[in-house]
Amino acid sequence: MSLFQVFNVTGSAISAQSQRLNVVASNLANADTVAGPDGAAYKARQVTFQAELMGQMGDAASTGVKVSTITEDQTPGRRVHDPNHPSADADGYVTYSNVNPVEEMVNMISASRSYQNNIEVMNTAKSLLLKTIQMGQG
Amino acid sequence: MLNRLTDTLDFHGQALSLRSERQRLIASNIANADTPGYVARDMNFSQALKEATGLQASAGMVATRPGHIATAGGARAEANLEYAVASQTNLDRNTVDMDRERANFADNAVRFEATLRFINSNVRTMIDAIKGQ
Repeated sequence: MSLFQVFNVTGSAISAQSQRLNVVASNLANADTVAGPDGAAYKARQVTFQAELMGQMGDAASTGVKVSTITEDQTPGRRVHDPNHPSADADGYVTYSNVNPVEEMVNMISASRSYQNNIEVMNTAKSLLLKTIQMGQG
Repeated sequence: MLNRLTDTLDFHGQALSLRSERQRLIASNIANADTPGYVARDMNFSQALKEATGLQASAGMVATRPGHIATAGGARAEANLEYAVASQTNLDRNTVDMDRERANFADNAVRFEATLRFINSNVRTMIDAIKGQ
């Protein structure tokens, strides 16, 4: 019964989306982190999704998702002139992380919508399967 | 005589497994809504049903020599997979249109249930005929 494969497919999508949500959470948590003495502040992270064949013999009809890589954003962090800050460098500048909170919020909404979509797909597949079990009884 | 009783049931059985194949296909599309470069797919349902019930020769691979690996028979979607055309262009070349996929998913779920009901009423009719009451 190929409907059972739906659970594998949406399950992989849900775990990929929750990983994305996790990365967003750590980005947002570190939005105001300043650089340590080595001058390297927190760098925003991004997940990359990749399609993954899940059926037997690479059946194209069931394609799940996996997180292939997590990349760090290499743009330089925000620099603020604040000579009295304990982490200020020799010129009096403090380097903050390069997280863009607006971008992260958008990313979060998109991830949570996709998560909800997949949960709904799973619920529908479950109710269809339960009705299939009762086939011929009513 | 008996296969006249069960012919309709066979037909609906094939339709049911094709419906579940399509449901799986649409679930894959929804799962990959955020995957860069993913191309949405759908199946030609009526074509697949015709092939599964033997009304039309399969367009898929055929074993013509003894050494060939036989393709799996019955209701299958693979031979009828088609690529969806993107309704809006996307920077990451993903062609999943969430509105269309959600509509297809709901539509397919309703039709799946309809097929189930056909089967159920068929079984009930048959049992009534057997009982003769």
